[in-house]
Amino acid sequence: MISNLTILPVLIPLIAGIIATLFHKKLTLVRIFSQVSTIISTIVASYVFYYVIQNGTLVLESGDWMAPYGIVLVGDLLSVTLVLTTNIVALAAVFYAPYSLSDEQESFYFYTFYFLLISGVSGAFITGDLFNLFVFFEVLLMASYALIILGGGKVQLRESIKYVLINLFSSMLFVTTIAFLYSVVGTVNMAQIGQRVSEVNQSGILTTIAFLLFFVFGTKAALFPLYYWLPRPYIAPNPVISALFGALLTKVGIYSIFRVFTIIFVHETAITHQFFIWIAAFTLIFGVIGALSTNNIKLIVAYNIIPAVGFMIAGIGIYNETALSGAVYYLVNDMIIKAALFLLVGAIAYLAGTSDLRKMKGLIHHYPMLGWLLFISAFVLAGVPPFSGFIGKLLILQGAIEANEIIITIIGLLVSLLILFSVMRIFIQGFWGEKDAAIVPNKPLARKLMLPVAFLISFSVFLGIGAEWFYPITEEIGNNLMNPELYIKSVLKE
Amino acid sequence: MVKSNDLILRTMTVLIAFILFGFAVYLLLAGHNAPGGGFIGGLMTAAAILLMYMAYGTTTANKILPINYRILITVGLIIAVGTGVGSFIFGQPFMSQTFDYYHFPLFGELELATALIFDLGVYLTVIGVTMTIVLTISNDRE
Repeated sequence: MISNLTILPVLIPLIAGIIATLFHKKLTLVRIFSQVSTIISTIVASYVFYYVIQNGTLVLESGDWMAPYGIVLVGDLLSVTLVLTTNIVALAAVFYAPYSLSDEQESFYFYTFYFLLISGVSGAFITGDLFNLFVFFEVLLMASYALIILGGGKVQLRESIKYVLINLFSSMLFVTTIAFLYSVVGTVNMAQIGQRVSEVNQSGILTTIAFLLFFVFGTKAALFPLYYWLPRPYIAPNPVISALFGALLTKVGIYSIFRVFTIIFVHETAITHQFFIWIAAFTLIFGVIGALSTNNIKLIVAYNIIPAVGFMIAGIGIYNETALSGAVYYLVNDMIIKAALFLLVGAIAYLAGTSDLRKMKGLIHHYPMLGWLLFISAFVLAGVPPFSGFIGKLLILQGAIEANEIIITIIGLLVSLLILFSVMRIFIQGFWGEKDAAIVPNKPLARKLMLPVAFLISFSVFLGIGAEWFYPITEEIGNNLMNPELYIKSVLKE
Repeated sequence: MVKSNDLILRTMTVLIAFILFGFAVYLLLAGHNAPGGGFIGGLMTAAAILLMYMAYGTTTANKILPINYRILITVGLIIAVGTGVGSFIFGQPFMSQTFDYYHFPLFGELELATALIFDLGVYLTVIGVTMTIVLTISNDRE
């Protein structure tokens, strides 16, 4: 039964996470087990990706219940691309974790929660059922609650309260909104909702429900003005956990907006999608102001999540094929580079002994590689050619010009410059200058911490230079997103 | 532990815990096509175990039931996920269920469903989770 492939990226981390509980105190064993499991999971995700490119969308009707009645898992091109990216990020994180976490943190079920997080994120990407999406959101949130508190520092406890409250509130609203939607259209299968909403041409209360859903996903994705909760909880835990959060969690919110507003609510774009462009503009501006406002290197990176999300929302707001494929390209790029940056500043803060930019200087004398990795990743983040951020931004802005959205184009370009400046500040102030004699370099540790980062960054560079190979895929994703009937047809088989 | 004078609680616990266990197992077995199921059965079993802890104290209850509840969670989850994966072997979609009728010596014709194995996994997980939470909180002052 080939359609069972769809569930494997969810199932492998889940099983690995369960098995890891059996020997959570034997650190060497649990590390090797987790690394091997993540490699297996990545290989399987790559195979699923390859299979979907070759043979088209995979649909698994779980428990053999037919499409609108049972829970379907849909591995279309967008889903499997994001699942594969998730696994690549996870792969870097699992090799970084042993050197970053304390033994106590590691033995306290870190790997179990890590696997549950991956499983939840992959599940959210794959599910074709709105209620099931909520369930996977809960799975990944539960794991994230445990991860954010891991170690139990005072700051973590304070920040986790905010994090848990805002997420509980938005989850509550999420399930309420699903109930509203169910009472109107009588189904939670996304394909069937899309079909039924288009039958009534998204009339009456449906647009209101669309905005409620947007509010829910906007909270998770940290859009203006709902981003205020994001930066500080994200830097409270260990860098490897920050990297997983920064790379994966907000992106699940973005993915959900992509799905819902390309399959279901596509008939009132003058109201909904036009609104997104405004939100995107504000998200871009305020996010980058946040990144410029602080001297804490971890906060700079955490604030940089927000403008990146702004670009993707601009892509969905512009709503044409170019902009959407650009947004998908940017999404994949951002997952990888955000993980790399979080791991990188985590390493810098650890090796320099501080995360305050004013107290750092001359790190390049001790850690030249670290400096150049940061330099490259700043370029990738800001979208300097030939790196992958450039391709995504170029397509989004090209789409914006095609759609005559000049204001967002200008804001996007200016914000890109400021993003470059905000990360370059770390390089200029932290790495330039006199040699700091107080630092005793720990080269072997630095090398171990840099390896996963280098892996992610080289992947990201590859994604930019190899745009020739990747662009057709995102173009097809953009095309699929613009034609929701393709998705609906593949799920409902009519 | 302070020696307490709770004769009524202890006497009733013997009776009530027994009834609770029995009813919990009934709910577990009935679950897949009637009201009940692994979740509620597990909760009820946990309630019965908890009653024993309350009546006889931690030391005695640990001696009667020397179970590591965290391992119970793992075992439960493996069984539950395992039934889902089991359908791979038979070339069916994930989480497929099947059932058949068997003749038992004492009870006669009975239906056995693979959903029951899944329910058993849920049952063990729920007991494990509930007991871990309760015992962790109750041991807090030590």
